[in-house]
Parts: sequence; structure tokens; C-alpha cells
Amino acid sequence: MVLSEIEFEPDDRYHAFLTICRKAPCGDGKLAGIAVAVKDNISTKGIETTCASKILKGYVPPYDAHVVELLRQSGAAISGKTNMDEFGMGTTTENSAFGPTLNPADTSRVPGGSSGGSAAAVAAGMVRMALGTDTGGSIRCPAAFCGIVGLKPTYGRVSRFGLIAYSNSLEQIGPMANTVSDVSLLMQVIAGHDRRDTTSYNQPYRHTPDADIRGLKVGIPQEYFGAGVDPTVAELVKHAIFRLEELGATSVPCSIPSMEYALAAYYVTCTSEASSNLARFDGVRYGPAADTKKSWHDAYRDVRKTNFGTEVRRRIMLGTFALSSGYYGKYYAKAQVAKENVKKDFARILADVDVIAGPTMPTIAFTLGEKSDPLSMYLADILTVPANLAGIPAISVPCGKADGMPVGLQIMGNHFCDERVIDVAYAYEQAVVS
Amino acid sequence: MTGTPVIVGLEVHCQLDTQSKLFCGCSTDYRNDGPNTHVCPVCLGLPGSMPVLNKKAIWYAMRVAKALSCDVIHESEFSRKNYFYPDLDKAYQITQYDKPLAQGGYLEIDGDEGGIRRVRLTRIHVEEDPGRLVHMGNAERGKYSLVDYNRAGIPLIEIVSEPDMRSPKEARKFLNKLRATLEYLGVFDSEKEGSLRVDANISIAGSERVEVKNITSYKGVEKALTFEITRQKNLLRRGLKVERETRHFLEARGITQSARSKEQEHDYRYFPEPDLRPLHVQPWVAGITLPELPDARRERFMAQYGCSMNHARTLTGELRIANFYETVVAPDPKGLSAPAATWIADTLIGELNYRGISLDAVDAERFTALVRLIKDGTITDKSGVEVLRVMLDQRMKNEQDETPSRIVARLNLARTAGDAHALAAVITEVIAQNSKAVEDYRNGKNGALNFLVGQAMKKTRGRSDPGELNRMITGMLSTRGA
Repeated sequence: MVLSEIEFEPDDRYHAFLTICRKAPCGDGKLAGIAVAVKDNISTKGIETTCASKILKGYVPPYDAHVVELLRQSGAAISGKTNMDEFGMGTTTENSAFGPTLNPADTSRVPGGSSGGSAAAVAAGMVRMALGTDTGGSIRCPAAFCGIVGLKPTYGRVSRFGLIAYSNSLEQIGPMANTVSDVSLLMQVIAGHDRRDTTSYNQPYRHTPDADIRGLKVGIPQEYFGAGVDPTVAELVKHAIFRLEELGATSVPCSIPSMEYALAAYYVTCTSEASSNLARFDGVRYGPAADTKKSWHDAYRDVRKTNFGTEVRRRIMLGTFALSSGYYGKYYAKAQVAKENVKKDFARILADVDVIAGPTMPTIAFTLGEKSDPLSMYLADILTVPANLAGIPAISVPCGKADGMPVGLQIMGNHFCDERVIDVAYAYEQAVVS
Repeated sequence: MTGTPVIVGLEVHCQLDTQSKLFCGCSTDYRNDGPNTHVCPVCLGLPGSMPVLNKKAIWYAMRVAKALSCDVIHESEFSRKNYFYPDLDKAYQITQYDKPLAQGGYLEIDGDEGGIRRVRLTRIHVEEDPGRLVHMGNAERGKYSLVDYNRAGIPLIEIVSEPDMRSPKEARKFLNKLRATLEYLGVFDSEKEGSLRVDANISIAGSERVEVKNITSYKGVEKALTFEITRQKNLLRRGLKVERETRHFLEARGITQSARSKEQEHDYRYFPEPDLRPLHVQPWVAGITLPELPDARRERFMAQYGCSMNHARTLTGELRIANFYETVVAPDPKGLSAPAATWIADTLIGELNYRGISLDAVDAERFTALVRLIKDGTITDKSGVEVLRVMLDQRMKNEQDETPSRIVARLNLARTAGDAHALAAVITEVIAQNSKAVEDYRNGKNGALNFLVGQAMKKTRGRSDPGELNRMITGMLSTRGA
């Protein structure tokens, strides 16, 4: 129910937004009058939705994503659409066709990605909460880099209907906010079954965070503190785990051997699915129109060549290759086996411990332009992709600063135990605040 | 088609007659509506939309699987078939690939050499129909094409046979039998335009196999295959080789044409559809009750109505005809079953085909009345045909339609037979006007009698019985000659 409008005139100095809704209607409910920013790959009826790609410039969806319907029903004001890596393909938000977002903590650095706009908008105080999406760390990475809280829910806990697909089998929409309580509140609104997404489960979230973690068992995987992880970051995270022990938790060392193949499995899966998902952008029905004087295949080629960015084209090519006949078995099928192995490793560990903890990202936020070769950029996702492959919930909560930049503590839990990871993050947050 | 054996296999796509589309709630009843009026974000492939499986379509396909003795497999799944084409909204078709709904099974037809031919089935799967392109001008040189997505997402069942047919005629019989079976199951309406599409694989024993795509009618299958056999045999006769290739059937010209080799190089990059869960529907099979199927109904028509094998086959070959027959004879099965069988199988179907109209145009009650008029001798067979034609023409022209007896009265078609005086007058006239024929008859030329009967029929405008005329003419000529 529309009760009123809120005026939203932010100083967007970090380029967090692609679209700003200066007068956003809001109503009564759990989120009454709260400004919520929505990542630009989530469909919003009547509001341009581009995925930060030229190929969707001018596309105004005729329908709301399920989560956006829920936001409106709970009284929230959709205050704008946030910047991102084009179609979610990146770890820095530099791959936006409309220019990068800057990290509010240090404008010479990236905010992380791909939900960098949502993280920056929250970190800069422009909105109280935001929706992001996480395919291989796209909520947790910018949350860690910008010093806010971000949750990737269990796969299937939040409907993906209306989320413009990048990698269907891995991605989830999730809440981002300055506090664990707000993340939990937003989660109450967006979680639950939606008959339009047949991969969604009837698992609503009605939880209020509880800081009592006495008796909790925390698994500490050695791989999360190994080579490639910045020692300062590792120290901060170890210190955070020590705080959890002070609060009554016990830590247990563990190992995820399948991590060796996780990154490869992740990139084969997501590029394969992306090559199919992004094939529909052909200029026939929406976006920049194809030249109708040319034959349809020439027109398609022109539209796609001109309007997709470099990284998107690279991933489409990789995925097309991985699915080709003769290579499917070598790549896509193998990646699914590796994915199952990651799932099994987590199931084995989580049979003994309640949650698993480690750093969210191996380093602090990169400087703009620092990650110029794609491979070193892909390597930065090593600590976040396992949760997507396993389909389990994972949260990033700030745990201090290294070189003046925020560092995130990542807590992962069992399927549909989003409540548990939120409690642990809450306990830590409360202990640090008080 | 004697000589070298011919080997034929078919891939048949039929639209399942559900109320809504395969992955969204849009209505499938689009044929009388404007373009792009039965569409939503899902079947338009708008960004962010997701498919939701229509369980009714799966249920329908499983009825087919059970009727054809296929094994519904424990876990089947949907896959994406990726290719670019302007009628394909998502640039992939959601179909089934290495885990189809059902495998195996068979369909029996009457073989060309007598006996039953059992055509084995490879698999049955479910997939979505793409949209449709409307070319302005012709496809090669038209100025532009328009896209209509009303058809996008209509559920299709694909039935793939083993290469077990041995002639174009057998292929046609297979299709007819399949159509009948699907209609009896209540899952298919063959009268809906574009509801059937067939790809045929054909080879002359010992040569390469050719795939003919794009066949859209029952007759077309026989035509396309007959053309292909002639083409392939001619090649072989000239010492050339049959290339393994895909050809398109050009229905209007009755020929097949090589598809550009580029089109054969498609790599569809199949992979499991991540937005749909695997199907575990095997347990449903037990809950499926099958209706009476064509073979059983044929047997029943022979036993219950005394139909001949041929009549029974024709009458049960299409659901509409079988139902029509039973409605027509219902008021008096004993008296009507024999004449109704003849009149439907031998006359009505031909008249309908000639006009290209559906059986739905014929009112069963009025047809019963017509059969009764013929049976009780009110009108002759010849007049019966005339009345039927008037009935059908009135329907076609949307004129007010009359009852058979009204037509008989208006056209004065009642049999003159009983009126011996009137007939005798006609015959006297015929004899007087055809003295040459009379002489021929007397000289033993039997053909002359037929001529005289014909003349008399003409004068009575077909209202008299040819047998009776024959008797009377013979009688009168013998009396006079004496």
C-alpha cells in the first residue's frame, strides 16, 4: 500500500547508482519508509534495469522481481538501482559499462564486486540497506572491501524470479547493510517460497539475531589461511575467531581438499551458463535495436559485439567453448563432479561443526586498475566461490582494518542454517561494538 | 517400390493440447488472435523470467508413453538446446536431451506386405515450441520478417521411431495410427493448424541416410519420401552417391531441397536446464488409466456393429469419425449400423476431403435422418449423394441449413419407383427415342441395355432405382418383340 513518497537526493560522489529514484513511493510494513537500493540486475517494474551493460540500455522491465514485490509490500522505498560489474562478471565493479564505483573508505580503491554499487551506497550512508546478488562472492567481497555486512543466503532460500541470470545454479539474491540486525531484517522480507522459481524452497526466515554462541563449534579450514592470503588479513581474521572463542565457541581445524578444483569448477560452470543466458540479448525485443537492413546473423553479431564489454565477451567465449561438443565432458561435466566434491567436503565438515570461519577475501580492496589481467582477478574469488558451489549460506562481517582498509570475517553454515551464520556474525559484531 | 529395400524412420512433433503453455500460464488458444497477444515475460524470454513446468503436459506425454508401451525413466531432465534464430526468444529451446521422459515402446501398423508391422520407438520427450516468423515477401528476398511469439512455449511431444518402416506408405500409416492414438488419448487435436511437424530419415539399403525436415502434413510425408526415393534411386542408377545430408521439404512444389551445409554444422551445446529440477514421475504411470485405443475400437466395431474390416479401419482411424459413427447409429444400432458404415466410410469422408472441411460441419442427427431416408427407400442412393452434397454446401456457405427431408421435398427427389405408370411412360418414351439402341439390344448387345437404363435415370433425375428400371425395360422390350 502506498502511503507516501520519500525524497531521495543523495550526493553520489562514489558513483554507487546507475538510476536514482528521486521520489520513491513507500508504504506501511516491516520496512516502512526505509530507502533500499537494488542492484541493477534485479528487475524493477517501470525502472530501467541494465545490468550495467550497454546491451540493456533503455530496457524498462514490465514486471517486478519477486524480491522487489516483497520490498514494496513491506513498505520499503526503492530508491535506486546500483552499479555493478556488467552482468555480475567481475570482482571490482570496474567492469561496468557506465564507469566504476569508488570505495567510500578510500576513493583510490575499488569497492569490490560485483555488487560494488550496493556496498558503496550502504557504506557511504546513502541508504540503510541494499540488495546484492552473489554468484561467486559478489555480495561478500564488496561487503568486506567496504566494511559492511552482506549475506549470501542458502541456494533456493530467496526467489531468483526477476534476477537477470548470469549463472543460475550458483547465484542468490541477498541482503547488505551496516549491521547484522538490518541484514536479518531484510532477510525476513525477501526469503521464502515463490512458485515462479521452481528452485526456491518453502523456508521462510523469521529469525531475530541471538548473540549467545556458547558451545558453538567453529571449523577453521587450513586452506583459508594458506598461500595467497595476505598475512595481515589472516591475522585479523584469526583474532576475530579468538573473539568468538572468548564468547564461548570452540574452534576445530579442518580441511577442504576439493578447494584445489573449486575455482576451475566455478569458472567453467558460470561461464557455460552465462554463454547460454546472455544469448538472448540480440537487439530484437529490447535494448539497442539491431540494424534491420542486414541479415539477421550479421545484425546479431554487430549488436552483441558493440554492446557487450570485454569481460562479458571473454566469458561468453569461454563458456561457449566449454559446452561445445567434444569438450562438454572434459569441462562442464567435470566441473559438476568437482562441484559435488566441494558439496561433500562441506557436508562432511558441517556434520562435526556448526559453522566454518575464515577470511572473506584474501586481501584488502585493490586500487583502481590494479587487477589488469583476468586470471589474477579470478584468483581473488578463491575464498568465496566454495559456498556458491556448495549452495550453503555465507556472511561477511567487518573484523577490523588493515592498512586503513576494512577486512571481512566470513562465516559459512549448513544448508538452510542462515539463522546460525547470522547469529555468529551478530555475536561477533556485538562483542566488538560493546 | 519393389526392388532395393527402403528404410524409413520418423521424428514426429505434435502440439500437446493443454490449456496453458509448457512453462508459463499463457493460453494456448492463440490461432484466432492477433500476433503477440498470448505472451508474458516467460514465453517472451524477458531477462529475469524463469520457467515453471506445466505438469499437465508431462501427464499428457506420460499417457502417450503408456499407450505406446514405453518405459518412463526414473529420472528425466530438461536441457537447453542453444542456437540463434529470431523466432527463438531465449536463443535456446528448453527440450530433453540425454534424459528423455520415456524410452522404448512400439506402434503397430498394417504392413505393406500384409500382416502387422511393429515399428519400434526410440524415445519420447517433451519440449517447447519456438515462435513463428512471418516473412514479408518471400523468405529469400522479402524486405523484412515479423516475429509472433504466440506459439512460443506451446508444449510439444517428440516421438522418435526406429528405422522400421519400409515404404512411404508405411510411414503415412504410422503417422495416421499415431494421430489416432494421440487423439483417443485426448492429448492432441490434429485439426489445429500447424499442430504436427515431421522429420523423416530415409535411405536406400546400403546407401547414406538423408534427413528430410519441415514436413507439416500427413500427405506430405508420403509425398516427400516418394520424391526422395525417386531422387536417390536416380542418383544410384547414374552411378552417383547419395550424400548424407539434411534436406527441406517444399510442400507446395512437392520436392526436397538440400539445406545449406552450414545448417548441419550446428553445435547445440546442450546442458541441463539449471532453472528446472529433474523429473521423478515414474510413479505416476500406475495411476494412468488408458481409454479404448484405435485397435480395440476397430475390433469392437466389427463385433458390435458387424462392420467389415475395411470399414472398421476407416471408421476408427480418426477419433472424430469413430465418435460420429456411434452417434449416428445410436438411435437404431441394428437397422443403421450397416448403411451408416457404408455412407460414412465410402461417401461422407470423400465429400469432406473434397471440400477440405471438418467432420464438425456435419450434424449427426441430420446424418442419421439421411441414412434413414436411403434405408427405407424414400430416396435412391444417387439422390442420397445429392442431398448430402446440398447439406455440406449449405454448411460451407453458412446458409440456413435444411433437414434432409426438406431438401428431398424442395428438390423433388422422392423415389418415383412405386409409381409404375409414371415409370412405364418414361420407359416408353426412352424406347421410342432410341430405336438404334433398342435394335442393338435385340441383336444381343448387352451394353445397349445399360445405355437405355441410363437414359431413363436421366429422365427421372436419378429418383428411380436402376435395378427396377432394368427389369422394366427388359420386360417391355420382350413383350413388344413378341
